[in-house]
Amino acid sequence: MNFIYERLLGGKNGMVGIAILAALIFIILPLSLDLFRLNLVGKYLTYAFAAVSLVLLWGYGGILSLGQGVFFGLGGYCMAMFLKLEASSPENTAIQSTPGIPDFMDWNQLTELPWFWTPFDNFGFTILAVLVVPTVFAFIIGYSMFKRRVGGVYFAIITQIIALILTVLIVGQQGYTGGINGITDLRTLNGWDIRTDSAKYILYFINAILLIGVIFLGRYILTSKFGRLLLAMRDKEDRVRFSGYDVSNFKIFVFCISAMISAIGGAMFTLQVGFMSPSFVGIVPSIEMVIFAAVGGRMSLIGVVYGTLLVNFGKTMFSETFPEMWLFLMGGLFIAVVMYFPNGIAGLWEKHGTKLTSCIKKMQCVDTVKTYISNKRVAKAEATGE
Amino acid sequence: MSISDYTLAIEDLTVSFDGFKAVDALNLYIDKNELRVVIGPNGAGKTTVLDLICGKTRSTEGSIMFKNQELTKLSEHEIVHAGVGRKFQTPSIYENLTVFENLEVSYPEGRSVFGSLGFKRTAEIDERIMEIAKEIFLEEFLDMEAALLSHGQKQWLEIGMLLIQEPELLMLDEPVAGMSVKEREQTAELLKRICEGRSVLVIEHDMDFVASIAHKVTVLHQGKILAEGDMESVQNDPAVIEVYLGH
Repeated sequence: MNFIYERLLGGKNGMVGIAILAALIFIILPLSLDLFRLNLVGKYLTYAFAAVSLVLLWGYGGILSLGQGVFFGLGGYCMAMFLKLEASSPENTAIQSTPGIPDFMDWNQLTELPWFWTPFDNFGFTILAVLVVPTVFAFIIGYSMFKRRVGGVYFAIITQIIALILTVLIVGQQGYTGGINGITDLRTLNGWDIRTDSAKYILYFINAILLIGVIFLGRYILTSKFGRLLLAMRDKEDRVRFSGYDVSNFKIFVFCISAMISAIGGAMFTLQVGFMSPSFVGIVPSIEMVIFAAVGGRMSLIGVVYGTLLVNFGKTMFSETFPEMWLFLMGGLFIAVVMYFPNGIAGLWEKHGTKLTSCIKKMQCVDTVKTYISNKRVAKAEATGE
Repeated sequence: MSISDYTLAIEDLTVSFDGFKAVDALNLYIDKNELRVVIGPNGAGKTTVLDLICGKTRSTEGSIMFKNQELTKLSEHEIVHAGVGRKFQTPSIYENLTVFENLEVSYPEGRSVFGSLGFKRTAEIDERIMEIAKEIFLEEFLDMEAALLSHGQKQWLEIGMLLIQEPELLMLDEPVAGMSVKEREQTAELLKRICEGRSVLVIEHDMDFVASIAHKVTVLHQGKILAEGDMESVQNDPAVIEVYLGH
């Protein structure tokens, strides 16, 4: 009981924070938005997975990854492959020269399903792949970099390059990946049509539940000794190493976990939006994810969710009115956050939120003094018999 | 006495950086329960010797035997596990954590990834942390963020973070740098207490402090040993005087 209260809910403050967030995404938003807008929020919340993963990796671990889009994309593609195979049944694709394979393969003169596509007709395998493929990929990258003590800005640049390479690879291998268009025209999940209104609601709530679950996972990790070690490594890596810890193992682990969390977001993205394309894998989405985390507050698992929602609402609003200006605005926002409020929205709340609550308390004090005085007056008046 | 009787036996240790020999065929033996101080002018190779022992720098030649275990082949964390603790020259503590958390993170349990995820604070660990905090004069500051400690207190905290691991060889790089006179006295007292049951290797510049703690003093010069013995004989050694006072 104590474990759940202290470690997962984060004591009184943490519990209030998570309750407010849950109320917002489970009750307030679904009740106040139409389905189109709610579906947009659902899409934004899938980015929040990547932002949460960056709290662990970047906020606490001090490891800046400019390639979270890679893992988001891998998770999304794994899910998309399953949905695409289901949508490409021989009956649905009877007009193709090779029925039963995805349409883009047929357009690219492929006559049979590539070997790495075949296991994706199994839903259990797909779920496993969503979690394992990005994690293993992160392990390979992490192992080869952290064991060699590559870190800091070099790590950031290399992850960015990996994001670029993967995009180029996906675009270039059109017959296997769907190319620049991505994997589109996804219809059903085990026979359940994901395009209907009811499916959209259900997927929104599944996504929201998973997000809260991931925040709990993050809390569990950060409140353990592992979390304190992450902070310690960020501060004084050598001291941790010469205290008997194999620092690289800790970095590899947190990188793998963050990859897995991003991948869950990617898979939910595919389900809710109905397609996956390289434009969610590359450099720009990866950097956007870092901005979401920075704006929300990279030390706050909950703050980054608000950061993601705000930046994305801003993006939608601005790109409707001034489409060319958006990227500049986003860059400006990032610089402003780094320079003026490095702990993001969560940091501002911590700084001014307590002032606000103490201000409210003070006002109550003023009230009690006022009633005290008026009571005295009444008592005096009674005593003097007036 | 054979080599195996020493806690630490360094033989023919050499490290060369692009041809410059920072440590040159060094032989150094440290006994159990001994507190050895290494002195020497700037650039003599004192810190490099500590770097070599704890694995921060890799030797070019020679051997470092610690309790009959060759350290030159081990990685940094394995050397720590073998029982070697090292304090850095500038206080190296975790400023964002409290004093308690600093000591807790250094406690030698839950050192693997999954061990640290499942690590639980037990009464035993609490007790041990209290004990160490008392020893390093910080029992009243356990809940304070380490960044707010004074310079001297940070030095003590780092010593405490090593003590909690119960190393058999403790290496301290200028432990009293930047300390007040009173803090120096307290530190000398602390060092005398902690060298019981283990060996301590200290690098220090402050001669009064050295005289107050050292069992034996080693003078390094240009990567080689210039003199070795008790403080008095070393101070009267003409070669040492020449090195320190110049030609």
